[in-house]
Amino acid sequence: MTTSALPSRRDEAWRYSDIDAVAAAWPLPAPESIIVPAGGNFARAIVQDAGDIRQIELVLGKGAAASLHVLNIGGSYGRIELNVILHEGADFHLGAAQIGGGEQNLEIVTTITHAEPGATSWQVVRSVLGGTATGTYLGKVAVARDAQQTDSEQDVKAMLLDRSATANAKPELEIFADDVKCAHGCAIGELDAMALYYLQSRGLPPGEAKKLMLQAFVAGVFDGAEDEEKLQALALAKLGELV
Amino acid sequence: MLKIENLHATVADKPILKGLSLAINAGEIHAIMGPNGAGKSTLSYVLGGRPGYEVTEGSVDFDGQDLLDMEPHERAAAGLFLGFQYPVEIPGVSNVQFLRESLNAQRKARGLEPLSGGDFLKLAREKAGLLKMDMDMLKRPVNVGFSGGEKKRNEMVQMGIIDPKLAILDETDSGLDIDALRTVGDGINAIMRRPDKAVLLITHYQRLLDYVQPDFVHVLAAGRIVKSGGPELARELEEHGYAEIAA
Repeated sequence: MTTSALPSRRDEAWRYSDIDAVAAAWPLPAPESIIVPAGGNFARAIVQDAGDIRQIELVLGKGAAASLHVLNIGGSYGRIELNVILHEGADFHLGAAQIGGGEQNLEIVTTITHAEPGATSWQVVRSVLGGTATGTYLGKVAVARDAQQTDSEQDVKAMLLDRSATANAKPELEIFADDVKCAHGCAIGELDAMALYYLQSRGLPPGEAKKLMLQAFVAGVFDGAEDEEKLQALALAKLGELV
Repeated sequence: MLKIENLHATVADKPILKGLSLAINAGEIHAIMGPNGAGKSTLSYVLGGRPGYEVTEGSVDFDGQDLLDMEPHERAAAGLFLGFQYPVEIPGVSNVQFLRESLNAQRKARGLEPLSGGDFLKLAREKAGLLKMDMDMLKRPVNVGFSGGEKKRNEMVQMGIIDPKLAILDETDSGLDIDALRTVGDGINAIMRRPDKAVLLITHYQRLLDYVQPDFVHVLAAGRIVKSGGPELARELEEHGYAEIAA
């Protein structure tokens, strides 16, 4: 993940990035390194609201567990990049939402390496995009030859509020073991017109009706977060700007 | 209260309503019956302002206001309630939150203070009790996993909470078993049979009308009302079928 030369759109992990914004921030500081020792527990909420590029390297020791909650909403270009290495029996959980409007370009790029047997990883990502915004999720799960009984899941959904917005989603699996479970699902859609009409028919103005449905769409990703209420409130405020 | 004159409407450029006229006064319950494809549901959606239902001619006056000029949420705030034939499931949105926000949006439009959480729950509990619906169902996501009958009951609980002036109930009786039909009928009477309110019941069958006595019955066929009468007309239809009456 640590790139020595300025990336271009030819680099897979940067193909949808705002390269001008990356160049302006170049060279990037060294990624934040987090090591959770064997049997340890780690939890963090990350709110990207200022147009930053955040790179985190996370290593989970044997039987360790980490739970990250991410809200990616700010700046003209905001990127959150996670490089996670799981040792035997480790458990990684990511719940992420990115919400963008105008000309924002937001991305979440993850590489989860199951280096040893029996580790689990679970990623849920929801994007809401309006205007000409772009939201990208690139999620690579790499399973090493010895990492049998790996259990990995990626659940990715994006909601487009305008036909001019763009969602990119690419789950990528690289599996060298033969006894693994790697699920991935992806859906990109629009708000259901009939549901919106139903809500409006009870008296909700169109903006409020959309906000209610979008709130429900992203709500689940923050379940169990320590700062759950704060994250929900920030997400709701951002959704309010979009509808 | 509601005055429909010479209403023509199309759906996807196909003419469905072809010159429908109907007047409903406060205190009255009207039933519209008719065969499949007559335009019954189209009428309810046109009155409810559903996108895609295009009015090409005619007018609808609701308490002195041009109904056709209003957005769906404005129609609700003006006192119109549409009971859906197929209530929509909305995952993740709780009934209680949805109804409280809806009711308060209507109150705001009328210049009233919002109802507090406690007052709203009291009201919701009362109306759910009236329709014999478990309060737990009100806390669940809107209509998700509800049976057909539970969805219809939920529509009536919503109607009770919102307390509209005019209710248009599109096949509220379909999907109900006999006990639920009685409960829903009693609910409609309790909520809407008042001198300042009116109801337009849209139905295929006589059976709901056994519980909710209409003052007027109309037969809709090929986009127009072809016959009007009292409650006895519904029984005639049941006996002889639409073909004979509408001919």
